[in-house]
Amino acid sequence: MSVNRAQRVDLDVVTDLIPPNSRVLDVGSGDGVLLELLQETKQVDGRGLELSQRGVNECVARGLSVIQGDADTDLKFYADKGFDFVVLSQTLQATRNPKVVLDELLRIGNRAIVSFPNFGHWRVRFSLLIKGRMPVTKDLPYSWYDTPNIHFCTIRDFVNLCEELGATVEKATALDANGQKIGLSMPWWFWNFFGQQAVFLLKRA
Amino acid sequence: MRDRMGTDMVAQRAARTKDEVDHPSSPVLQFGSDMPLKLDAGTLLSPFQIAYQTYGTLNDARSNAILVCHALTGDQHVANTNPVTGKPGWWEVLIGPGKIIDTNRFFVICSNVVGGCLGSTGPASTNPATGRPYGLDLPIITIRDMVRAQAMLVDHFGIEKLFCVLGGSMGGMQVLEWAASYPERVFSALPIATGARHSSQNIAFHEVGRQAVMADPEWHGGKYLDFGKRPEKGLAVARMAAHITYLSEAALHRKFGRNLQDREALTFGFDADFQIESYLRHQGMTFVDRFDANSYLYLTRAMDYFDVAADHGGRLADAFAGTRTRFCLVSFTSDWLFPTEESRSIVHALNAAGASVSFVEIETDRGHDAFLLDEPELFAAINGFIASAARARGLGL
Repeated sequence: MSVNRAQRVDLDVVTDLIPPNSRVLDVGSGDGVLLELLQETKQVDGRGLELSQRGVNECVARGLSVIQGDADTDLKFYADKGFDFVVLSQTLQATRNPKVVLDELLRIGNRAIVSFPNFGHWRVRFSLLIKGRMPVTKDLPYSWYDTPNIHFCTIRDFVNLCEELGATVEKATALDANGQKIGLSMPWWFWNFFGQQAVFLLKRA
Repeated sequence: MRDRMGTDMVAQRAARTKDEVDHPSSPVLQFGSDMPLKLDAGTLLSPFQIAYQTYGTLNDARSNAILVCHALTGDQHVANTNPVTGKPGWWEVLIGPGKIIDTNRFFVICSNVVGGCLGSTGPASTNPATGRPYGLDLPIITIRDMVRAQAMLVDHFGIEKLFCVLGGSMGGMQVLEWAASYPERVFSALPIATGARHSSQNIAFHEVGRQAVMADPEWHGGKYLDFGKRPEKGLAVARMAAHITYLSEAALHRKFGRNLQDREALTFGFDADFQIESYLRHQGMTFVDRFDANSYLYLTRAMDYFDVAADHGGRLADAFAGTRTRFCLVSFTSDWLFPTEESRSIVHALNAAGASVSFVEIETDRGHDAFLLDEPELFAAINGFIASAARARGLGL
């Protein structure tokens, strides 16, 4: 949605988290690249919700089950625990009310998978601290005035929100600037500093 | 308009329409007294008949059948030259050999709805009890009645489960009714430019049309065929009013603007000065030659009565509870007869029911009738949906 497709290394991480034949809802499915990947590699029963009509039409033309809708307003129409996994990939920061959206994901899915760009990454901090400019990086290519990303958070912020919502972090992965996973043994502050993107597997306790 | 077309031609066409009522050029399936059609009105229709067309070949597993449901003024001639008008089938852009709905792969069925006037039992059909046309003696027909009759036709072909049911407008209503009434018989459903109920505004437009028909003295309380008459003026006005609702303000402006019809200046009279007037008059006059006025009353009433949620305790999601049918809904941005919100509410209900659903809204200024036109995005959506459903059904090529 807000990050270039070529840089979507998080997609592989998300795919690895999902067992074959799961029921998956992809919120913010874009042009359907993740759903297609999941259908091909995991034979999932996949559905999508996408804001842009162009994205939806592309998905449906590719044979994917996708509807036009807004994560902020339309998740309430889904039944409790209707899916094994609900994926929110690079979309959380673009929602108007990330807390409500995350709460809905945990209600609809047995598990939620959330990936987002980490605003605590050192490049972001560097840009603000030294240059005094809002960061524009290859992951976050927008200027402050035209960005769809209105609710940035850091990995630490996100962990706090999960606690507030009573969600258990079953697995978390941080990816560095090269798309490499950061070692599990590293402490949170290290992830928060060097992780450019994060992928969380959550479950409501 | 009438003069230009020639009275002979009109008379011929009207005669052909009349022939098509009891003895259509389509194949006909007769249901005798042992197989009555149970109507929502609480009575039985018996005997009755269904006129239909088929295209392609049913495979051995009987798993490649697609049922196409026609709209209010459509008919069973979906992909062949229409015997009354001589025009191509109403969805020939979509259906045929090598087309998006490929009749080399699929067995396509389209039947005239019960209550219609092109060969299935309707108000113009001869009532076997009297030997005269039914007229208003035919009980009120509902969308569910039409679908029940179609199910009997599908039974006749020995088809347990249809691969796909699709249609637009009133055809879309039948698709929804199929999915709600016979979920286990519908593998995939494609309702286009439709709603789960007729809105107050839509009922209002239909009422205007019906009143126009009934106000025509030639209507004779619905017994016009007994007098050898037809309420042409009333039906033409009904069609003119309805036709406006099938278009959009933008499309009308684009096509006609305030252009004058074959004249340089206003005539200061009530002649058809404007192109749009002439166009509507033409639409009205050609319609009466191919459609029965009472049939128009019955079919508009069927649409008005349609309300899937009401049939399921008031909650639309309950109509589709536990469904395994794959749905794809399509709406058009400029359709003010069945606006996108109507489709969206069905999508939400299907979501709540946990159904597999796709939903495409197509940007066009061509209004409700866009579903009948060459709309590349519509075709891309149908193509993608049918192809993926075919893979899931094991019908891949």
